[in-house]
Amino acid sequence: MMAHAELEAQIDRWRSYVQRSQAISAADVDELEDHLREQIAERKATGLDDEEAFLVAIRRLGNLDAVSREFAREHSDRLWKQLVLLPETRDDDGGTPPWRELAVVLALAVGAGIAVKVGFSLIENENVFARNLGLLVFPFLTGYFAWKRRLTLAVLSALAIPFAVLAVVVNVYPFSPGGSTEWLAVLHAPVILWMLAGLAYVGGRWQSDSRRMDFVRFTGEFAIYYTLLALGGAVLIGLTLGAFSLIGTDFEPVLAEWILPFAVPGALVVAAWLVEAKQNVVENIAPVLTRIFTPLTILMLLALLGVLAASGGLVNVDRELLILMDAILILVLALLLYSISARNSLARPGLSDGLQLLLVGAALAVDAVMLTAMLTRIAEFGLSPNKIAALGLNVLLLVHLVRADWLTIGFIRGRRPFGQLEDWQTRYLPVYGAWAAVVVVVFPPVFSFT
Amino acid sequence: MRIDKDLVAASATPLVLGILAEGDLYGYAILKRVSELSGGSMQWSDGMLYPLLHRLERLGYVDSSWGTSEAGRRRKHYAITQAGMEALAERQQQWTVVADALRQVWHTTQRPPSAAEGRA
Repeated sequence: MMAHAELEAQIDRWRSYVQRSQAISAADVDELEDHLREQIAERKATGLDDEEAFLVAIRRLGNLDAVSREFAREHSDRLWKQLVLLPETRDDDGGTPPWRELAVVLALAVGAGIAVKVGFSLIENENVFARNLGLLVFPFLTGYFAWKRRLTLAVLSALAIPFAVLAVVVNVYPFSPGGSTEWLAVLHAPVILWMLAGLAYVGGRWQSDSRRMDFVRFTGEFAIYYTLLALGGAVLIGLTLGAFSLIGTDFEPVLAEWILPFAVPGALVVAAWLVEAKQNVVENIAPVLTRIFTPLTILMLLALLGVLAASGGLVNVDRELLILMDAILILVLALLLYSISARNSLARPGLSDGLQLLLVGAALAVDAVMLTAMLTRIAEFGLSPNKIAALGLNVLLLVHLVRADWLTIGFIRGRRPFGQLEDWQTRYLPVYGAWAAVVVVVFPPVFSFT
Repeated sequence: MRIDKDLVAASATPLVLGILAEGDLYGYAILKRVSELSGGSMQWSDGMLYPLLHRLERLGYVDSSWGTSEAGRRRKHYAITQAGMEALAERQQQWTVVADALRQVWHTTQRPPSAAEGRA
């Protein structure tokens, strides 16, 4: 058998070459390979050696470009990248049957719905429910990754312990009702949970930069899918409401009591599954949106700067301003992350890198103006938990963006490889999780739960 | 003698359907049969057979099923369907008309020299 190792290697190389054509499916490649092997066997029977037989067989198969064009003419649908949710099973591969994944996903989605529904009816206090909402849904989303990635016990416990700590903290702390520390905990707990979900997503290999970048991509695609599902759901609900109101039936109680509690958390699991199912099949949409919105955001920021300069300062400086500024910086950061995540790290610096630099520069300039105004106000009126949380996030984002801008300049001037910029993005991300943990765990006692 | 490319292309469908009407076969065996029938003078790139078979399958003329070869590889077998038989019968009629017309016209064009001889 060893004598034919070279032939097998050649056939393998040929196979992977043919597979690159989108018009030729895996089953077609199998069929062509069977043909090729028959031809080789017959040539060898007439006295050719492995290599000669292979060459003749390849020649007889014809020009691959022409063949794949012919396949494309017959299967033009294949050129539209398909979303294959339930790929046809191959009798010989013995992996998980595709319907099983669908069953697991649906079970988890329904489970998330039931958890929210039960939580809603058991927890009477609205604020307590809000603090626990993320905790109710999280196990099901993470459960999907745990099942998909076959997580080890070590990783599972690394997920379970912080989860348990978080659950204890948000439920045991004696928050004063409606206080700002409680509001902050409600806002920041999902960030911690999302980081934990990320840990599950990367299968516990959180030190790997490329896996972390995958999670960044996943987050973007997930947000887009979730939005699409929400839009579709809204249309469906709107039509149903309209139809029922014509008949004279009040549909709203059913909607509020049953449909939304199941659909909203269930769609989280379904969105995660969709991103997983299509990641190899469809181009990522987040980078495409990034390309469109980077120049537009630059214009927005420059206009903002112009207005700030013309009006000679800010009239109302309060925490809303800080939160707005944080939102702008998060948008800029997202644009930066997704253009980096989709960039070929070997390509030379180009126009889009220049635009990125301009984008971050403009964002930093706007932020600098607003921060100085804000700091003078804080010096005058003192601190509150809200202001510190917003300010802290602002500082974190600033550090992130300043360093990114610095690395981008280095890259554009040809002094640094692009990889350094990528690594900076993925390595900085856990800092946000840590900050969220500080806000949830440390802030309430420090500000005596007000 | 090599047969012109367009002629090979035009005759491919009835030829493949005709071969499948003799019995179920897989791709490589179909090509071997083509080459046997034409004494090796009708050849097309082996790879081109498969898009053709897929087109016939889409049209409903043939059915395919995955089996296993003697060597244990996955192998796709093709069988002609009732619709395929009907299509084949129709193609046969068309080709008969064409062949008949060609025979007649060649018969008359070859005639003149012999007809001239006859008159002389």
